[in-house]
Amino acid sequence: MNNAKQLFAGLILMALGLGTAQADYTLNLMKGVTKVSNDIYDLHMLILWICVVIGVGVFGAMFYSIYHHRKSKGHEAAQFHENTTVEIIWTVIPTLILVAMAIPATKTMLELNDVEKSDMTIQVTGRQWYWDYKYLDNDIHFESHLDEGSERVHRTVGADPRSVPHYLLNVDKPLVIPVKKKVRFVLTSTDVIHSWWVPDLGWKKDANPGFINEAWTSVDKAGTYRGQCTELCGRDHGFMPIVVIALEQPEYDAWVKKTLEQQKQKPDLSDQSREQLMAHGESVYLKNCVGCHQINGAGVPGLIPALTGSAIATGKWESLDGFLRAGTAKMPSFSKLDGKEYAELMTYVRNNLGNKVGDVLQPKQTALPDDDD
Amino acid sequence: MSAVVDEHDHHADDHHDHGPAKGLLRWITTTNHKDIGTLYLLFALTMFFVGGAMAMVIRAELFEPGLQFVDPAFFNSMTTMHALVMVFGAVMPAFVGLANWQIPLMIGAADMALPRMNNMSFWMLVAGVLLLASTLFMEGGAPNGGWTLYPPLVLQPITVGKALPFAIFSVHLLGISSIMGAINIIATIFNMRAPSMKMMDMPLFVWTWLITAFLLIAVMPVFAGAVTMLLTDKFFHTSFFNAAGGGDPVLYEHIFWFFGHPEVYIMILPTFGVASTIIPVFARKPLFGYASMVWATASIAFLSFIVWAHHMFTVGMPIAGELYFMYATMIIAVPTGVKVFNWTATMWKGAMTFETPMLFSIAFVVLFTMGGFTGLMMSIAPSDFQYHDTYFIVAHFHYTLVPASVFILMAAGYFWLPKWTGHMYNEKIGQLHFWLSVISVNILFFPQHFLGLAGMPRRIPDYAVQFADWNMISSIGGFIFGASQLLFLYIVIDTIRGGTGEKVTDEVWEDASKHGLEWTLPSPVPYHTWTTPPTSVPTEHVLDLH
Repeated sequence: MNNAKQLFAGLILMALGLGTAQADYTLNLMKGVTKVSNDIYDLHMLILWICVVIGVGVFGAMFYSIYHHRKSKGHEAAQFHENTTVEIIWTVIPTLILVAMAIPATKTMLELNDVEKSDMTIQVTGRQWYWDYKYLDNDIHFESHLDEGSERVHRTVGADPRSVPHYLLNVDKPLVIPVKKKVRFVLTSTDVIHSWWVPDLGWKKDANPGFINEAWTSVDKAGTYRGQCTELCGRDHGFMPIVVIALEQPEYDAWVKKTLEQQKQKPDLSDQSREQLMAHGESVYLKNCVGCHQINGAGVPGLIPALTGSAIATGKWESLDGFLRAGTAKMPSFSKLDGKEYAELMTYVRNNLGNKVGDVLQPKQTALPDDDD
Repeated sequence: MSAVVDEHDHHADDHHDHGPAKGLLRWITTTNHKDIGTLYLLFALTMFFVGGAMAMVIRAELFEPGLQFVDPAFFNSMTTMHALVMVFGAVMPAFVGLANWQIPLMIGAADMALPRMNNMSFWMLVAGVLLLASTLFMEGGAPNGGWTLYPPLVLQPITVGKALPFAIFSVHLLGISSIMGAINIIATIFNMRAPSMKMMDMPLFVWTWLITAFLLIAVMPVFAGAVTMLLTDKFFHTSFFNAAGGGDPVLYEHIFWFFGHPEVYIMILPTFGVASTIIPVFARKPLFGYASMVWATASIAFLSFIVWAHHMFTVGMPIAGELYFMYATMIIAVPTGVKVFNWTATMWKGAMTFETPMLFSIAFVVLFTMGGFTGLMMSIAPSDFQYHDTYFIVAHFHYTLVPASVFILMAAGYFWLPKWTGHMYNEKIGQLHFWLSVISVNILFFPQHFLGLAGMPRRIPDYAVQFADWNMISSIGGFIFGASQLLFLYIVIDTIRGGTGEKVTDEVWEDASKHGLEWTLPSPVPYHTWTTPPTSVPTEHVLDLH
C-alpha cells in the first residue's frame, strides 16, 4: 500500500511543480525562452500526462487487486491464465498512443535540426575547463571562464557557496546574442568531449574534438540564461558553466561595437608594483592554471606535476616563459596570454604557491613583439 | 545399452551419500552448480556493499553544495567505479549465481552442462573484479572517465594515470567470464532438460536467462573490442578514436552503446524471469500470458540491438538517425507494457499473501514501471535534448536497476533461501527490511527527477545552491537505504545458521510445488539432485503432478 502512497505523493509533487513552471528552477522542466524549448516542454507535459494516466490505471488495478484479492479476506484464486482479447487490446492501444506521440515529436525534432537561414553564427569551442566563443560574422573572440568568486569558494573546503551570487553558474564573460534573431552555433572541442547546454534554449549539443556540430536558437525574451557542461570532461567538469545574455538589437549592436574596440586595444605594458603583479597574477592563475595545478600549486600526484618547488617554475624565467608558450604533450600552449599576463603569472607562480624566487618580472621584459592581441 | 545405463545408475547410487569435500578446497575446486551458485551470490553480495560504500561517498559529497570530503577527480573515480562494480561485480554475478542454483533444479538437470568451465568462469570473475579494485590504489587513482570509458577523456594523461590498462584487462577477464557463463547456461538449457520438458514448458526464469545468455555472447566481445581499441590508441599509436589521426571519438560511443544497451537488458531480463516466478506463487494462480511473456522477452532482446544511439541523441547525428532511433526506442514500450500488464493480470483475482518475496516483487512491478515511464519520456528525442546527461537519467536508470533488479534479487534471496538452506528466514526482519528499503529508495531517487528537470547535470561533485534541498533529501534517503541493506546481510547469515529454527517443508510456500520442479525436492536441497530426471514436469501453466 505504501507504494501507492509514495507514487501518488510523487505525482502530486510533480503536478504541483507544473503550476510554478515559470520560475527559474522548479520541480518541472522549464519552458524556456524559445519556440523550440516551448515545443519540447509541451511534448514533455504530454508524455508525462500519458504516463500518469497509464500509471493510475495500471497501479489502480493492481492495488484494487492487492486490497480485494487477498487470501486473508478469503478470496479464492481464479485459475485463468490467458485471454487473447485483452492481450491484443493492451498491445494495440499502447502502439496507437506511441504513433500519436511520434507525430509531434517528429515535428519538433525536424524543427530542432533546421539550422538553415540563420542570421549569424557563433563558434563554440569546449576546452578543459571553459568555453571559447568566436563570432564568425564580426571576429569577436573571447573565453568564458567560471567567475572568480565561485572559483575560490569551490576550491576551499568549508567555504560557503551561498556567499557568491549564482554559485557555479556565473562566468567572467558571458555569451551575448540578440533577441529574435536566428543564431546558429557550430560546436567543437580541442581536447575531450564537452556538451553545451542552456536549459532555457531547450537543447544541449555535444562538442566533439575534431568534428563540428550545428545547432540554433532564437530567443524571444531579453534576459540572462544559465547552463552547464553536460558531458563528463575531467576533474573540473562541474566547473565550466555557460551564461547567455540575450539583448534587444540596439543594445546588442552597442555591445558589439564596444567589444570590438576593446579587442583592438593593446595590452598596457607599463610597470606594476610587486603587489599589483601578484594580485593580477593570481587572477591569471585562477583562470588558466588552477584546474590542473590546483589552488596551492601542489598538482595531482601521479597525474599533474606540482608547481611548488618545480625546477621549471623556479628556474630561469626565460625557460619558464618558453615552456608556457610551447606547451607539452600534457599541457596546452599558453601563447594566447599577452605580455602583461605573462609577467603577472610568472611573478605569481615564482613567488607564491610555496615558491620564493624573489624576482619581479615586468610586462616590458616578457612581452614579445607579436603579443599584442 | 541398457546394461551400461544400469551400471551407470548403480555407480551413481554408490556415491549418493558423498557430500561436498571438506575445508576451503571445496570452494576453490568445486564443480557443483549449487556451490558455484553460492559463491557467485556471496561474491555479488560483497560487491553490492563495496559498490554501495562508493555510492555513500558520492551522496555524502553531494549532501551539501561546496566541496566537503573528496577531490573532484576522486569523486569521478567513485562514480566510475560504483557503476563498474555494481554492474559487473554485483548485479550480473548475482543473476549468474541464481542461474547456477536454479536452472538445473528447475529443468530437472543433475548439474550445469560444463561444470569445470563453471568453476573457471567464477574465479575469473573474482580475478577481474580484484584487478579492477586494485586500480583504486594506483598512482593517479582508479579510472575516472565514467563507466562508459569515453575517449579522448579516458586516454588523457592528465585524467587517468596508470589504471587504464589494468581496467581494460579487467574488462577482458569479466567479459570472458560472462561469455563462459552464458555458454554454460545455453548448453545446459538446450541439452540437460528433463526429457519431457519442451521449450514452451520451461519456467520463465529459464527462458529469460536463455535469452540473456545470447545477449551476453553477442555483446561482450563488442565491448572487449572497443576497450582493446582504446588500449591500442593509448599505447600503440593507432587512431581509432582520435580525429587528428583520421579516427572519430563518436565511433567509440556507437560501439560502446551497441554493447551498452543490450547490457542494460542483461541486467533486467532475468529480473523479469524471477518476478514471473514469484508472483504466481503468492497469487496462487498460474502466470498470466506465459507465451506472450516469452515473446515479449525475445522482442525486447531483439530491440535492444537496434536502439543503441538513443544514448547519444545529442552527439550530433543526421536527422534520419535521430528519428529512426527515436521510433525504434518507442517500440520497446509495447513488449515491456505487455509484461507489466501480465504481472498485474497474474495478481488479479488471485488469493494473495504478502510474504517478503512478494512484497519486493510488487514493489519491483510498480517502481520498474516508473523507470519505464521515464524511459518512454526519454525516447522522445527532442525532449531528450533537455533530459540527456542530467539527474533525470540518473533517476531513470536507478529506478530500473535498484528497486527493479536489486529488489528482485532480494526477493529471490527471501524466496529461495529457505529451499537452499532448509531454514526459514525471520519474516519480521524481512518485512522491516522491505519497508525501510522501499521508502528510502524513493526518498533517494525520486527527487533526482526534479533535480534533472531543474537543470542539474550528472557526474558533478558540486552544484549550484538551488539544487541543495533535493540533494540533501536524496542523500538522506541514500544513507537510510544503505544502512537498511545491513538487515539483509544479517538475514542471510542468520538464515544460513538456522534462521527461526522452524523446519521448512519441501515446498516451503503453500502449493509452490504446483509452480516449479525445485519445490518437489527435499529442503534443504541435497548436494546432488536430479541424478535421475523427473518424469513429470510443469506444463507452460502449472505443474500438475496428478
